[in-house]
Amino acid sequence: MEMFDLTLIWAFIIGFGIMMYVLMDGFDLGLGILYPFAPDEDARDVMMNSVAPVWDGNETWLVLGGAGLLGAFPLVYSVFLPALYIGVFLMLAGLIFRGVAFELRFKSRRNRHWWNRAFCWGSSIAAFAQGTVVGAYIQGFRVENFAFVGGPFDWLTPFSVLTGLGLMAGYALLGATWLILKSEGHIQDWAYKITPLLLAIVLGVFAIISLWTPFVNPAVWERWFGHLQVIWIFPALALLCAFTVYRSVKRRREGIPFVATIGIYVFTYLGLIVSKWPVIVPPNYTLWDAASAPESQLFLLIGVLFVIPIILTYTAWTYWVFRGKVRVGDGYH
Amino acid sequence: MELDPLVLSRIQFAFVVSFHAIFPVFTIGLASYIALLHGLYFKTKNPAWDRLSLFWTKVFAVVFGMGVVSGIVMSFQFGTNWSNFSQAASNFLGPVLSYEVVTAFFLEAAFLGVLLFGRGKVPQGVHLFAAIMVAVGTFISSFWILSANSWMHTPAGVELIDNRFHVVSWMEAIFNPSFPYRFAHMAMASFLTGGFVVAGVSAWFLLRDRDPEANRRALSMCLWLLLFLAPAQAVVGDFHGLNTLEYQPTKLAAMEGNWETSTNVPLLLFAIPDQEAQTNRFAIGVPNLASIILTHSADGEIPGISEAAPDEQPPVAIVFWAFRVMVGIGLLMIAVALTGLILRRKGRIYHNPLFLKALTGMIALPFVAVLAGWVVTETGRAPWLVYGMMTHAEGVTPSLTGPMALFTLVGYVLVYGVVFYAGIYYLTRVVRNGMLPEEERETVGDNFHRPMRPMSAAHTPFDDDVDPARS
Repeated sequence: MEMFDLTLIWAFIIGFGIMMYVLMDGFDLGLGILYPFAPDEDARDVMMNSVAPVWDGNETWLVLGGAGLLGAFPLVYSVFLPALYIGVFLMLAGLIFRGVAFELRFKSRRNRHWWNRAFCWGSSIAAFAQGTVVGAYIQGFRVENFAFVGGPFDWLTPFSVLTGLGLMAGYALLGATWLILKSEGHIQDWAYKITPLLLAIVLGVFAIISLWTPFVNPAVWERWFGHLQVIWIFPALALLCAFTVYRSVKRRREGIPFVATIGIYVFTYLGLIVSKWPVIVPPNYTLWDAASAPESQLFLLIGVLFVIPIILTYTAWTYWVFRGKVRVGDGYH
Repeated sequence: MELDPLVLSRIQFAFVVSFHAIFPVFTIGLASYIALLHGLYFKTKNPAWDRLSLFWTKVFAVVFGMGVVSGIVMSFQFGTNWSNFSQAASNFLGPVLSYEVVTAFFLEAAFLGVLLFGRGKVPQGVHLFAAIMVAVGTFISSFWILSANSWMHTPAGVELIDNRFHVVSWMEAIFNPSFPYRFAHMAMASFLTGGFVVAGVSAWFLLRDRDPEANRRALSMCLWLLLFLAPAQAVVGDFHGLNTLEYQPTKLAAMEGNWETSTNVPLLLFAIPDQEAQTNRFAIGVPNLASIILTHSADGEIPGISEAAPDEQPPVAIVFWAFRVMVGIGLLMIAVALTGLILRRKGRIYHNPLFLKALTGMIALPFVAVLAGWVVTETGRAPWLVYGMMTHAEGVTPSLTGPMALFTLVGYVLVYGVVFYAGIYYLTRVVRNGMLPEEERETVGDNFHRPMRPMSAAHTPFDDDVDPARS
């Protein structure tokens, strides 16, 4: 049993799952955030059609993450959820509304504007709530004896509002670059136009958060300005990706903006992880404090190792089947 | 009035889990029925079976979709409102609930797409196989959920160290003492629900003379099934009750409304349990019958509620009446199934309008029975969250305040109200639009057929304005 550290394996699995969720649900939430700004109803059709086949598969990772946390890192589950109680409710309500909007908008004409609204508000609220989770995580929680003891709005501070708005902008950027990849004509032109603007917002928020974080949490300051200088590679690479997004949009490349935006996310995420490692329930509890019993981690690992490759294959296959441009009036005969 | 986060959390959990449960309860039964229809078509090549499986697969798609949406909420409820319980029980509940999620996703990834969208695109044998695997998958899903739930009633295979349960034996914990009975009772309930819904909808179609050939077959098949299932469920339920008598005597006493341990206990038909006075008012019962049913002897001894201290008793009136609602509907189901047999002998099951209308009216009742049954077992466990080991008060989130809990409770009621109104409204349109010849069917244009999502297997428009000519 002691041959390998199950907690590390699980940290990797959960970390991977969160990354998958953020990237995949990120671009479809982002399209919802951009929805009211779309040039016309045709664009909205294309935006929704471009993610309709994949969005529920994307949310798979959220449910798997929730259940996996309970199984592998119960302390995270039982501190984050009470601490973010109101935010979690808002996120779930948002996700439900946009999920139903996906299904019923296309089946409806008279009521379509209602489903448009549900899609936009649901996506925006879910994205904002997820962003505040990041902020709350950086701030840390009041925990005593393995239970959250803070107040209902501890998570909602100016700092977490900023991370919430930042993630909304970030998701919108993912959505816009996804749309560059999947659309053409005036819709693609619009996506090209808004991408640099969104990129500027994201970089601005990113800069403010970076400057602010040391004041919110001195431990993070120590980490970045201590002797572990190699970690500066992550923000450097994130900036390089941001520059690539900008340059490729200017050259009207179709695939690179999306891939480079994913790069921004991956390196920012890695930067966030090294800021905190190995603390998972800040300020005090590490991954190993938060872990469930080894026999439980092992029991669950068997099933998850069996299923994750299948889900990945299925996901890849779905994206492959629905590759290519989504056109205006696709299927309107 | 002081807002009690504990009470509000219990109401909230009951609300969201009830709303969630009605969908899987139906889809578990329906998945097996669809697999059966596929098998019959595969074997006999009679197109009536194909038409039926096409229609019911559409209904399945919509209901399954609503089950998935409401299930997302469930995976967060334990943490938001029952964090101490989550933390304490995570070593067992975490893996078991995760296995349910993993099973559901595996099923969706591998077979649901083929079942919903593979018609005419994959060989018939493959389609049949996918239908069978989806049916099996729904059972595996419910296996894990019911194992987790049963463990809370009859905990086994664990040790409590420093306020945390540690699994000593996975076999004993997963196959805990009440699990086989609960699983059998619930599986039968799913079949009964599926059976009564299919019978009711078929009857509704027959009243309108819509595809009579297929719907007669469906109705006849369901009535045979129900004739066997409805009485068998009473027997299984009785065994489940005996298991409860052994492991949770207080719950059983509350179901019977039996306050004092005694012999020759009557089966109460009506009573108003008075918790404060620890007695019943206006009790009417059949002498000795409860003793006979539970101990198979008229002077058998039945434990009383008062064996438990007043603060360790469940709210008796709720358990008592929910139990009577469940059993009452169960008896009604048996009566309907028997009526079907009598009418069949006279060759009138397809024509008797009263019977067909009664069947249509029965559609909602199995759902009520299932929820009533869950109220019996869950309320009957109170005040225990893990029976004998952890109370609701110990399991609730310590930082939760009354106003927070009230906010989300009202929020969930509103969200579910809107979303499920839309869902049920849409489902009734799918049914009303069902089993019509192709040219009379309302449909939405081809661009709406972006596959891969469960609900897109149904093509019925949501409101009246979609131009049917666009196809």
